[in-house]
Amino acid sequence: MTGVTIFVGILIIISAIFAVEAKKMLDSFIALSLMSLLTVFLFVIMKAPDVAITEAAVGAGLATAVLVLALNKMGGDSQ
Amino acid sequence: MRRFISIVIVFGLIMFFINTLSLLPKYGSVNISKVSEAYIDKNVNGNGGNVKYNESESLENGAANVVTSIVVDYRSFDTLGEVTVLFTAALGVSLVLNGIRRKKYGRRPNFILRVSVGILLPLIILFGTYIFIHGHLTPGGGFPGGTIIAAGILLLYLSNEEFDLSKTPKFVEGISGSLYIVTGLVGLAIAGVFLINFLPTGIVGDLFSAGIVPIVYILIGFKVGAELSGIVADLHREG
Repeated sequence: MTGVTIFVGILIIISAIFAVEAKKMLDSFIALSLMSLLTVFLFVIMKAPDVAITEAAVGAGLATAVLVLALNKMGGDSQ
Repeated sequence: MRRFISIVIVFGLIMFFINTLSLLPKYGSVNISKVSEAYIDKNVNGNGGNVKYNESESLENGAANVVTSIVVDYRSFDTLGEVTVLFTAALGVSLVLNGIRRKKYGRRPNFILRVSVGILLPLIILFGTYIFIHGHLTPGGGFPGGTIIAAGILLLYLSNEEFDLSKTPKFVEGISGSLYIVTGLVGLAIAGVFLINFLPTGIVGDLFSAGIVPIVYILIGFKVGAELSGIVADLHREG
């Protein structure tokens, strides 16, 4: 189980770096959503189901949608 | 031929769900672990001792979920502040984006989205309601439950060009927020402390237990759901 946890942790760091460095805004949002989803996995392993449910609903679900809607409202991707 | 294959697949799925449901333990009859027993056995005065799941009555705080008992009972004033922060954020969004008409995407949503919303939406709303009604028994509570309901509303917005929320969520939000404070004031009038758990706490693990904890979490669920639905609706306004 430790190996899986370390692998997920490395994936979280990679997606966080990608979210910061991505050229397009939309790619960054998707990477952020992926990071939240992987964090949910770590929360479940660390026996924090309350936080996991909240993170899955807010971080991976609604926050991504709100960011994409706000990007749409701003008028698409500008560098 | 395609119809035959789909009937076989649906039948297989139904059999799978029936078999899985029969494997689940009956509601309330679970073997809880040592950690969960230590969590149920909580007391501020330090002499809890021998608390049995589904048997012990009239504890200090009857919630089976220790996180909920802290969030809504011991540190309820903190939650009131948290709800206020969320209200301020929603207020800011609706002040910045004050539109009149609903924004149209100008294209027909695809078939899978349109059909699956009709099937999934009641289940999503039901699941969100379950999460906040059972907040004192299982993980979850008002905040994730409300967010799931708001995600259902977002799905409605994406799948239907004509759908638009009226002013109802604003009223629901205001009324449930005020009722939370009224609950606290009733506690102040009865027991002398703001937001104290003044109702009888019942048996640990029952649906109707833990005093005001489920009531407050239902109010928070309505409030957060209406607030976040309001944010989604504001993002879809223009003009």
